[in-house]
Amino acid sequence: MPVISRLFAKLAGIVFTILVIATINFILIHSTPGDPALVIAGQSGATDAKFIEQVRAQYGLNQPFVVQLGIYIGKILQFDLGYSYRQQAAVSQLILERLGPTLLLTLSAFFLSLIGGVLFGALAGQRQGKWSDLVISLLSLLLYATPVFWLGLMLVLIFSIQLEWLPAFGYASIRAASFSALEYALDVARHLILPVITLAAIYMAVYTRLMRSSLIEVSHEDHVRTARAKGLSEPQILSRHMLRNAAVPVVTFAGMQAGALIGGAVVVETVFSWPGLGRLTYDAVTARDYPILLGLFLIMSILVIATNLLSDFLHRLIDPRIKGR
Amino acid sequence: MQDFMRTFLRRPAGSVGLLLLALVCLLAVLAPLLYPASPWEMAGIPFSRPGENGMLLGSDTLGRDVASGIAHGARVSILIGLASTLTALCIGVPLGCIAGYAGGAVDSAIVRLTEIFQTIPSFVLAILLVAILTPSIGTIILTIGLVSWPQLARLTRAQVKTVSQREFVQAARCQGQSTPSIVLRHVLPNAVSPIIVAGSLTVAAAILIEAALSFMGLGDPNFMSWGYMVGAGRTVIRQAWWMSVFPGIAILLTVVAINLVGEALNDTLNPRISRA
Repeated sequence: MPVISRLFAKLAGIVFTILVIATINFILIHSTPGDPALVIAGQSGATDAKFIEQVRAQYGLNQPFVVQLGIYIGKILQFDLGYSYRQQAAVSQLILERLGPTLLLTLSAFFLSLIGGVLFGALAGQRQGKWSDLVISLLSLLLYATPVFWLGLMLVLIFSIQLEWLPAFGYASIRAASFSALEYALDVARHLILPVITLAAIYMAVYTRLMRSSLIEVSHEDHVRTARAKGLSEPQILSRHMLRNAAVPVVTFAGMQAGALIGGAVVVETVFSWPGLGRLTYDAVTARDYPILLGLFLIMSILVIATNLLSDFLHRLIDPRIKGR
Repeated sequence: MQDFMRTFLRRPAGSVGLLLLALVCLLAVLAPLLYPASPWEMAGIPFSRPGENGMLLGSDTLGRDVASGIAHGARVSILIGLASTLTALCIGVPLGCIAGYAGGAVDSAIVRLTEIFQTIPSFVLAILLVAILTPSIGTIILTIGLVSWPQLARLTRAQVKTVSQREFVQAARCQGQSTPSIVLRHVLPNAVSPIIVAGSLTVAAAILIEAALSFMGLGDPNFMSWGYMVGAGRTVIRQAWWMSVFPGIAILLTVVAINLVGEALNDTLNPRISRA
């Protein structure tokens, strides 16, 4: 029974969050000095009077404010995110088309940064004060302060332009149409390497610092001293008694970073012309295509909530004590 | 104060950070003297390599001096970093105070709101806000402030909650002092040091957000900024690496400096926390 009620509370929380985001969107539409119908229609210069009229009728813009909000939220709950006049397509369809590449990029970066952060952090914490700790700590300090877009450009400069090892942008080669399935997958993977490293590096820096201090903290605990007294070897103590414990706060924190990760993906996709939601955001910003931007904000928020659930699940996996709670 | 400076400077990282930060601030202050011409104006032959044609860091695609852009960009970065942190403090600290001191339903409502704002991808919200409000220095500051307050609110709430249970606060209450006076004169001054540290780190984060926004083409078109320079140089990176490399280093150094100062501040102001 508590499981079901907890699930219910979680679902209610998610629905509430989505409603709040929809309300923020609604307020934003009305916070422009001009006609809100123009924002919904996504037009600034050339106006198609007939389309604007249609929008006004559809969103009930002549009716009281509360009714308008109700209509807007009702549309969102039916997954109607509006229509991009510029692209001549429904916003929900445009977003769905681009969802795959973004998921591939962010999930790869999420796991890479988590695994890398835990490993490097454990290494630095284990060798506290030695040169390898200093190098890792200094690198993570620098990476943490690096603008994501600039890091991406520097990687392109080194690995694509100077060394010519990896493609500088795009999702697949132009010749990809003639590839077999395996060749295509390898081709996409090659294109994925630089964007994923760029996006993962900064979070890896954060997780490394966190893991380092967490491991040092765990190393002072009684059960570790006991393990050492039993005569276990250092690698055994590390892998069996310290890693899991120390990784718990890192995983919790990683879950909280999901929003920032998706924000980072917007910039990384812009740098690498990765055809996902981020690139769509950049194009919509350049064209001031507001319906797409509003829809993207909503969908990306939902993605963040989904990632939070995923990290909850991971958390349970590494820390069985949570199940009781 | 002297003790404070001594503890602060004992950490080499803190002194290095302070020195770097002082250099960036000096550059920002001296920019109009060093480069009196507008950084948007053509200063020489386009695509000049660093050191060529009298331009230390080279020129960009339109012949604008990269070094002049970096100097003038320092002003924008620091201004936006400070002003948007101030905005975030003005939202976060009062909210956190109210939540932490009032407790009950008010507290849980504010906590819920903060959590939602922490879930939302803040950079995407920032893009949306700046795009709809049209980019200008004012809207960028407001936007970064609007997406940066949640951590400050959370921290203030936690601090106020612990401090308001202390005896001297109870004593003030028994004396019949009004709630605003208790919060402003007794609770906040004793809760402020972690907020100062978090505020300094918020400045660094704000500079990074501003850089990313102007890289995406959402900067104020009247002010030269580092993010814009990297974004403009990006398309020609194959021919001219210097246009995007140098402004990025400027961002990196400034943010590292602020982070170092923030950490040293943390060690100085909250010695118990940092040693534990």
